[in-house]
Amino acid sequence: MIIPEEHDIAIRIRGLVNAFGDQVVHDGIDLDVKRGEILGVVGGSGTGKSVLMRSIIGLQKPVSGDIEVFGQDMTGGSENDAEALDIRRRWGVLFQAGALFSTLTVAENIQVPLREFYPGLDPALRDEIASYKVTLVGLPAEAGPKYPAELSGGMRKRAGLARALSLDPALLFLDEPTAGLDPIGAAAFDELILDLRDTLGLTVFLITHDLDTLHAICDRIAVLADKKIVAVGTIDELTHLDQPWIQEYFNGPRGRAAIDSAARSGQD
Amino acid sequence: MNRGADFTYEPGDGKAIIRFSGRLTLARMGDLPQRLASLGGYDHEGDAHDDEKIASVSVIDLNEVERVDTVGAWIIHRIKRDYGARIEGGKPDVVKLLNEIEKADQKVQIHPDTNNTFTEMLATAGHATRAAGASVIGMVGFFGAMMVGIGGIIRNPRRFRLNAVVQRFEVVGINALAIIGLMSFLIGIVIAQQGATQLEQFGMEVFTINLVGRSSMRELGVLMTAIMVAGRSGSAFAAQLGTMKLTEEIDAMRTIGVSPIEALVLPRVLATTIMMPLLGFYAGVMAVIGGMIFVWAGLDIPPITYLQRIREVVPMTDVMIGLIKAPVFGFIIGLTGCYQGMQVEANAEEVGLRTTSAVVQGIFMVIVLDAIFAVFFTGLGWK
Ligand SMILES: Nc1ncnc2c1ncn2[C@@H]1O[C@H](COP(=O)(O)OP(=O)(O)OP(=O)(O)O)[C@@H](O)[C@H]1O
Ligand SMILES: [Mg+2]
Repeated sequence: MIIPEEHDIAIRIRGLVNAFGDQVVHDGIDLDVKRGEILGVVGGSGTGKSVLMRSIIGLQKPVSGDIEVFGQDMTGGSENDAEALDIRRRWGVLFQAGALFSTLTVAENIQVPLREFYPGLDPALRDEIASYKVTLVGLPAEAGPKYPAELSGGMRKRAGLARALSLDPALLFLDEPTAGLDPIGAAAFDELILDLRDTLGLTVFLITHDLDTLHAICDRIAVLADKKIVAVGTIDELTHLDQPWIQEYFNGPRGRAAIDSAARSGQD
Repeated sequence: MNRGADFTYEPGDGKAIIRFSGRLTLARMGDLPQRLASLGGYDHEGDAHDDEKIASVSVIDLNEVERVDTVGAWIIHRIKRDYGARIEGGKPDVVKLLNEIEKADQKVQIHPDTNNTFTEMLATAGHATRAAGASVIGMVGFFGAMMVGIGGIIRNPRRFRLNAVVQRFEVVGINALAIIGLMSFLIGIVIAQQGATQLEQFGMEVFTINLVGRSSMRELGVLMTAIMVAGRSGSAFAAQLGTMKLTEEIDAMRTIGVSPIEALVLPRVLATTIMMPLLGFYAGVMAVIGGMIFVWAGLDIPPITYLQRIREVVPMTDVMIGLIKAPVFGFIIGLTGCYQGMQVEANAEEVGLRTTSAVVQGIFMVIVLDAIFAVFFTGLGWK
């Protein structure tokens, strides 16, 4: 795989300000996501991680600031001009609550982006693609013809991931993908993301509260606090920073446990 | 660089080679799957291509391949699987991806089972009939649950949610004033105008006043209001409760110990029951005013004469009939709206269907009841 060069940037955010009425959520955010990296985004509940993701993918209009995805400006322009559509086919999004289409089966959900962007695709091939995607994300075959209401919470997450991966995107947005998964499933999920990154050269924007995920797969971690990105770096770099929230996060009891388990799995 | 996906096929006994090249990715796939299919083996429509079918593939050459995504990997894997071919070349990450895809090779059903045979149609009709029956029984059960809820509140009046009820009054009643007023006013004009045209032929245009006064106080005011309330509030109840069912809000309420019947259903049904007579009477008055305007402008009867005549020809029983029917209609509309909403189980589409049912059933029952009332009151001698 081509190792991404330093200046090869997938997402570039400059001076982003987001607000709901009087409530300012982001006050001048600068962030770069390099091509081919898995960037973890952490921060307390309600610090605006999901809002940050929504503004990158154009669902939340920022008050000010610039956002570029693959060099394409995301803040201006309409939803449907050709370039915006072209970017949309190059990313996949897993929402925090899954956001599956409730009137379609899991397999049909996975086919929606395929139908939308590649209407000429052979229907049989489309069915096969949906089949292996179902299996790839670790769902049992029986889940294919089921409706989202008939799935467990964790299965819904996986189905959402399968839909996000439907177009083999270059950029993947994941909002708390492992929340609600059992530890074994969560570890398999981490491995899947890592495999996909290694084989497909994916760039991943990963929001998570899962310390094990951070240790296992993230190349860099961005910390969101006080309406800003207060630090970006590897876990090692972050743990040595003198920021109270970061200290508490990584050196608190759960943080310690995750470091220990990461160290143990590193040994064997 | 950046070449689209392509392949060449070199036949040969026991050493046939497929050579892929370029980017085997979804975006650059082009017509490669169709071209592979036209060589045979992958024609899913079952047409005969036997003469040109690929007899065998023993080697898949990936040396010229620049990039592969999962779709490309799947296409390679499919040939490998079906012909027992061997992979040659390919970058390490391509090989790794092929392994991943191979592990994920499994037939998965896409759509739920359906078979559109004649028996299936009969079964559907049977299910629908049973569902209709179940709906009637369910509604009676729901009515019972509501009575229990009312009983509970009477025993323990502190549980009565005054705020919720008052809020519903506003949404169901006050917010509907403008539209119901306008509608009734216009209907009054239409009745007067149509009536006058017909009665003129006998030189009895003055009876237009009887027509407008009696029909709007006794029938149309309440009936049209009921239809409007069913469309505005019955549908809203079904959609609100249905969405709350979907997001498990109602389950959450139950676990906290809040009865959804008390907190959601009663305030709504109470609101339609109490607001209907007020709105119905108001609608009747507005229709009379509409008629008055037309009669004044079209027949030159001054408003004062018109009103006097209304007082003479509209008996008190007409107003009573309207006021007796209205709360019953309101109750039925509220009940069907809430009942249909609470029946939502699976998905967004069901919310839509249930909302439609709420309106259709509500209006239908109102009209059936109206017919029964008409016979009943005439029997009482309230002509
Ligand atoms: N549609 C909205 N309208 C008003 N305020 C909103 C809206 N969406 C989010 N917010 C506010 O923005 C802030 C950030 O919300 P966000 O969902 O991004 O949090 P988060 O960091 O993703 O939290 P979590 O980790 O719990 O998912 C919160 O204070 C929230 O109340
Ligand atoms: Mg969030």
